[in-house]
Amino acid sequence: MTKHDSDTIADIHEELHSHLPSEPALRVKALESLLVEKGMVDSAAVDAWIEVYTEDIGPKRGAEVVARAWTDPDFKARLLENGSEAIQEFGLKQNHLEVVENTPEIHNIVVCTLCSCYPVSVLGVPPTWYKMAAYRSRAVRDPRGVLSEFGVELTDDTEVRVWDSTAELRYLVVPQRPAGTEGWDEAKLAKLVSRNSMIGTERDLSSRIAEVD
Amino acid sequence: MSTPEELQLGPLAAHDGEPTFDEPWHAQVLALAFALAKVEVFTPAEWSDALGAELRRATAEGEPDDQNTYYAAALTALEGLIAADGRVTSEGLSARAEQWRRAYLNTPHGQPVELSAGS
Repeated sequence: MTKHDSDTIADIHEELHSHLPSEPALRVKALESLLVEKGMVDSAAVDAWIEVYTEDIGPKRGAEVVARAWTDPDFKARLLENGSEAIQEFGLKQNHLEVVENTPEIHNIVVCTLCSCYPVSVLGVPPTWYKMAAYRSRAVRDPRGVLSEFGVELTDDTEVRVWDSTAELRYLVVPQRPAGTEGWDEAKLAKLVSRNSMIGTERDLSSRIAEVD
Repeated sequence: MSTPEELQLGPLAAHDGEPTFDEPWHAQVLALAFALAKVEVFTPAEWSDALGAELRRATAEGEPDDQNTYYAAALTALEGLIAADGRVTSEGLSARAEQWRRAYLNTPHGQPVELSAGS
């Protein structure tokens, strides 16, 4: 049999049977089917989780929380005092949530140096770069360099605070409300708040005003 | 369209806006981890430690710093925690993965793949 023939036969075989998933995809399928059989997970709950988090609704919830903090000083005080408790007002549940606020003098940036701990219920699934070894190591060693890569240039007198997340402590940054948004309601303000600004890799939201207004 | 400022962004920011999951199994791994932590098969701290250890190992072994490496580490961490729980064994997992593979190979293209086709 020539090489050509064996390739053709392989192609035909490929056509005939269902597309074989990759090795890790088969391992995940095996895991899920066994866990469901043992009653350890509910497949409907797994599917629901995937549907929610692939639609990227996560950051929108965080943005709503920030917009309320901008417009309601009492809520902001509650949020900074106890983040987990305050976000329950939105029906959100995130244990051990600490909320930190940017000011003209302070910039906050969040990382998880160990793995990828993140306030998933308020921000969704972490972005690619948050999970990369480069970010996890450099955000602590050289936060200004990382910020500069994201287009955030800080003056020397701005203090950078780096927060290292753990399974027991997750962080949310409240960015500064940009000037020129006076009189905006919460819903409109929420559209200004980007995911990166709540992680701390974006600082000045004023450039987004034209987009939202 | 990108502004000149955006074009100058560094290597990390260049990954901004990439899809969170490149493949369905990426999402499934995280979904299973969240589901199992919720029913306390393991604690969030155990998950974080196991995932952190796998990520360190991947970095030490020179794996590329990308999504595939991250989710492969997550899958290995999850399999380890489940094996430690004991209700699902690693032998059981390997056998089941093989059964799914045969099911895919035995099912004509376009038809739903049932596990029984791999028995």
